[in-house]
Amino acid sequence: MSVMEKEKATESAATAGAREYLTFRLDQEEYGIDILKVQEIRGYEPPTRIAHAPAFIKGVVNLRGTIIPIVDMRLKFNCSKAEYNAFTVVIILNLRNRVVGIVVDSVSDVMELAADSVRPAPDIESVIDSECIMGLGSVGERMLILLDIEKLMSGVDMGLVSAG
Amino acid sequence: MADIHQEGAGADFDLSQFYQIFFEEAAENLDQMEHMLLDLDLQEANDEELNGIFRCAHSIKGGAATFGFADVAELTHQMESLLDRLRRHEIQPIPQMVDVLLESADISRVLLARHQSGAQDEPPSTADLVRRISELASGQVPAEPVKPAAPAATPAPVQPQPAEAAPAPAAPARPGMRALQIRIGPIERLEQADAIKELFRDIAGLGTITDLPSSEPNMRLFAVETSSTDNDLLDLFAFHVAKEQVQIHENGAPPAQGESFGFFPDAPGAPGSKPGNALGAIEPTSPVTRIAPKVESKGGSQAQMESNTIRVSVSKVDQLINLVGELVITQAMLAQNSLGLDPATYQQLISGLADLDRNTRDLQESVMSIRMIPMSIVFSRFPRMLRDVANKLGKKVELVTLGEATELDKGLVEKITDPLTHLVRNSVDHGIEMPQDRLAAGKSEHGTITLSASHQGGSIVIEVRDDGRGLSREKILKKARERGLDVSDQMSDQDVWQIIFAPGFSTADTVTDVSGRGVGMDVVKRNIASLNGTVEIDSSEGYGTRVSVRLPLTLAIMDGMSVGVGDEVYILPLSSVVESFQVNPDDVNTVAQGSQLVRVREEYMPVIALEKVFEVPRFDMDKSSTIMVVVEEDGNRVALLVDELLGQHQVVVKNLESNYRKVPNVSGATILGDGRVALILDIGGLVRRARH
Repeated sequence: MSVMEKEKATESAATAGAREYLTFRLDQEEYGIDILKVQEIRGYEPPTRIAHAPAFIKGVVNLRGTIIPIVDMRLKFNCSKAEYNAFTVVIILNLRNRVVGIVVDSVSDVMELAADSVRPAPDIESVIDSECIMGLGSVGERMLILLDIEKLMSGVDMGLVSAG
Repeated sequence: MADIHQEGAGADFDLSQFYQIFFEEAAENLDQMEHMLLDLDLQEANDEELNGIFRCAHSIKGGAATFGFADVAELTHQMESLLDRLRRHEIQPIPQMVDVLLESADISRVLLARHQSGAQDEPPSTADLVRRISELASGQVPAEPVKPAAPAATPAPVQPQPAEAAPAPAAPARPGMRALQIRIGPIERLEQADAIKELFRDIAGLGTITDLPSSEPNMRLFAVETSSTDNDLLDLFAFHVAKEQVQIHENGAPPAQGESFGFFPDAPGAPGSKPGNALGAIEPTSPVTRIAPKVESKGGSQAQMESNTIRVSVSKVDQLINLVGELVITQAMLAQNSLGLDPATYQQLISGLADLDRNTRDLQESVMSIRMIPMSIVFSRFPRMLRDVANKLGKKVELVTLGEATELDKGLVEKITDPLTHLVRNSVDHGIEMPQDRLAAGKSEHGTITLSASHQGGSIVIEVRDDGRGLSREKILKKARERGLDVSDQMSDQDVWQIIFAPGFSTADTVTDVSGRGVGMDVVKRNIASLNGTVEIDSSEGYGTRVSVRLPLTLAIMDGMSVGVGDEVYILPLSSVVESFQVNPDDVNTVAQGSQLVRVREEYMPVIALEKVFEVPRFDMDKSSTIMVVVEEDGNRVALLVDELLGQHQVVVKNLESNYRKVPNVSGATILGDGRVALILDIGGLVRRARH
């Protein structure tokens, strides 16, 4: 118990000022997610289709013996096109002992963002539940949409977990 | 009394092969209990903690009774009684209880270590602890909690030390024997001092020796009962230690006392610190052993639990299996790529690859075999236990075991053993009637308990069946009302049976050390639920009870048949496949609603087109499903329509739900030779779907 608390304390102390984000592109938009949630980045390989799953769940793949679902974020976020080519990238996320892969157009960078360069996101109508947006980060001219990927992935509408 | 009959296995087998498992489990349970005891907040002890501690004691007791370690079983039974009252809030936890329980855990460890090493020396006595525990359990708070009461002040509530636990001479202070305390040291190599104990073991008639706690790290203190003179002893010891390092005192002489309990030189309460008490007549066993409590931690080599196996966490083995799987895939890829090479030029490379092929396969086989063990390992624990329990209760029981060759994942075996033990005990105790009752009810004198294991529809089903009195609906409902549970007479039988899984629920009128505390079933349910399994009860009053434990094949290896539908591959469990054939259009009939039936040798069965069920996209319109695979589940048959049969192979069943969710009609997934994932069909689900 106490060890865990300590770890948490040190973790939050280290990241209080700035946090590191992995940034990726979906179409023209640029998103950032907490780097600590990222396990690895892989190329896209055709998954095994699952019947009756929503279209954005491409299926499951074998990740070194573990079977993980693959979610295409471009389909989830209604991007105009979702192509699968040699540059398509899968980010493997490790969220509360569950492993999930997300398909994105490309991974751009790992960025450190100070707390003061993150603004709260205005309330906007979008496919993304505003609860799942941690804020908007500005890096020069670019705007980063910072996602709370854990909340997003565990949402009921993602269909990744059995309801109830 | 009890006839133990075992089908398909030698009647006489060596139970000792399972000792190791028990010792390891018990050691873990003891450690866990100690942890929980130390963490326990006496003011606000919550039920979960108390239940947890109780379950540890209960598990050790169960195992010890199974293997006939009466001393351990007795001690843990007492601990359990105390804990049981605690968790029922009949008494308040006090620090003395934690003390005495911790001490009991220590003693249990020593006793277990003795059994494990097969030591022939005097076992440490548990009578004092047993008495203290029962005092605490009866609500008395001893004024001087650790002081041993005067002899005969409290009659020992139970027989201490059944004969089998004390192979060494058991008469109290025989004439001509002298009780001595021998101090050895200061000495650099303590093993030399410990070697003295072996002298007593090896030389018949020399006497007995017991460890005493020594406050100084470079000293050893022993209690010895012998008829030899000091000089004889010194001569003997000279093989191992110099005479100057040995001091011998008659027991009763003071010097040793300060040694024993360095912090409290004269603590009156320290158990065994008064030789006068030690020689008292409470126990029929040797008085010297009265001094034993607390010895074990410094007791040298023999008290250490020895282990010649390595316990490795399941996740490590899984990781190994996965890595080997990757290796096999890489190897297959290399083999594929090397096919076109000219053997003359690349001879070395090709022979190297052939070696790699063989080695990876051997490696894969060995790694897989780590996990799988036949069910007989679990089943063969029971005949002995059943015999003992039946004898104790005066019942006649036969044991029949079926499906012992069913292979089960090691992780599951370990976890299923305890619940099964509970179930079997329950069956003997509550299920099977006394011989005269059975005769009166028109049954044979012998009750029969059947243990069976089988693979069924992608699960492993283990059943414990008895032909005893069955569950009584009225009795369960009555007890449930007494306990304030929400029940009604309209409940279905299934719901009523589920009541017995409530913590602390028991319909037994008396609590025996076999069962009746109502601890069994909630533990069973909890353990099995933690394996993602289910427990079902089926009972008929007067005819018996059947408890089926259904476990998913989380990691079991299964024989599978792979079939192709469109461009996709699905796996059918081979065990449910009956036959397959090329379909003749004339044999397929349509019923009003559009569902299809196929006639196979005068039998009509529903047709399920996998293409439709799994919405398989079709790119090649010329191809179509023309092959029927007949599968069976629970006696119901359906025909699956597929494109092609691809082959049969062993597959490792992977759980889809660990990272994804339950998928209808799919029981799991596996990884094919090329690294792709294939889904395993849930035949049970498909059959139910078709038959509805």
